[in-house]
Amino acid sequence: MSFITRGFEGRRRSREPSGRIPPGQYATLDFPVLSAGPTPRISREEWRLTLADTTGAERSWSWEEFTALPVTDITVDIHCVTKWTKLDTTWGGVTLEDLLAGVELGEATVVLAHSYDGYTTNVPLADLSGGRAMVAHTYAGEPLEPEHGGPARLLVPHLYFWKSAKWVNRLEMLTHDRPGFWESYGYHNYGDPWREQRYSGD
Amino acid sequence: MAGAEIQRRLNWLVAVVVGVVEETPSVRSLTLSCPGWPGHRPGQHIDLRLTAPDGYQAQRSYSIATPSEGELVTITVERIFEGEVSPFLLDVVAPGDRLELRGPIGGYFVWDPGEGPPVFLAGGGSGVVPLMAMLRARISSGDGTPMHLLVSARSRDDIVYREELETLSHHDGVVVTLTLTRSRPEGWTGYDRRVDGAMLRDLVMSPDSGLVSYVCGPTGFTESVAGLLVALGHPPHRVLTERFGPTGG
Repeated sequence: MSFITRGFEGRRRSREPSGRIPPGQYATLDFPVLSAGPTPRISREEWRLTLADTTGAERSWSWEEFTALPVTDITVDIHCVTKWTKLDTTWGGVTLEDLLAGVELGEATVVLAHSYDGYTTNVPLADLSGGRAMVAHTYAGEPLEPEHGGPARLLVPHLYFWKSAKWVNRLEMLTHDRPGFWESYGYHNYGDPWREQRYSGD
Repeated sequence: MAGAEIQRRLNWLVAVVVGVVEETPSVRSLTLSCPGWPGHRPGQHIDLRLTAPDGYQAQRSYSIATPSEGELVTITVERIFEGEVSPFLLDVVAPGDRLELRGPIGGYFVWDPGEGPPVFLAGGGSGVVPLMAMLRARISSGDGTPMHLLVSARSRDDIVYREELETLSHHDGVVVTLTLTRSRPEGWTGYDRRVDGAMLRDLVMSPDSGLVSYVCGPTGFTESVAGLLVALGHPPHRVLTERFGPTGG
């Protein structure tokens, strides 16, 4: 269905390792900042992360409690739906396994992540398991900066980066899926970059 | 923050370039005629897809600069140094060329005419593009919403849509303010510094007015201006942001 665009050659391919740039993406060395509103400034003293299970029961962590949990370091490629991909980003944080240890998951199938600025995004619980997701508090060896979601953000690197909610403060277990912020504005409900699931219907 | 938009599949469409305007030495507008275009809201953007002879494809997002007008979609593109797509759009594309696009995309950073609360628009560099769609919609619809556009540019020659902005500033209920960050031409009476708290205190209505702000530009500009508006007492949910001009485009 596509046709050759007159005069277009394209020239980034040679610089990029094969097999790591999803379709329609290009590699960037910068770390662009995209948010729908002002960056909230949350002090570590006031920061809390709350987990609500399907019965509505909650448990929450202060910054001190959260950072006392086991830390996992990962190096991953991240893919933003606005087309940039950043290779080999290094993060430290608490995997969802470690966070959910001892939590009664019941019939939960989806997690709706909430953020300090009111942002939400939905991710299947299965995608948060197997060490594939964390609540990250460290980027490139440094405390995560507010522009990039600090004090802590969700990190689900195998999905488009809008699923990695910045400034996360609440993880709500759901038995039925519910679209989050961008998912309600026509972005794909799941967001797999390798299947190029950018928008609803992709 | 919440919204419910009608979810519909975004198919790739074939558009023809019907107009080219050189806005500044590094910024160009392309008007595309796109059969099947469903219309759009001011502030939305499109995805453009280019295909090389060997099948390689590149995609980029571009804000739409004009209100919905039938099959016409105008985008404004800034040259990114060593970019892959923007130099092609500025140097190679000519009227009659066909380009693939889909959209409209985005339903949050939008403004529709309708006598709502007053609006403050702040654009840094080519971040003015989606704001221009809002301002143009305000003017062409005859809507009476008070609207103030602040544009920050390096020099007078770098102001995108400069001539049009100078005319629009005489429109009822519309105010356009320009600030130049790197040079001050002779006779310039506008601001000549980066947007700061004092400037916003001078220009922006108080939070009691219900003012809604739209801030679009490079990361530094957007972070700074949005933060200053919040510091002036504007509720964060009434400050909408869009980062513009990511690298590598």
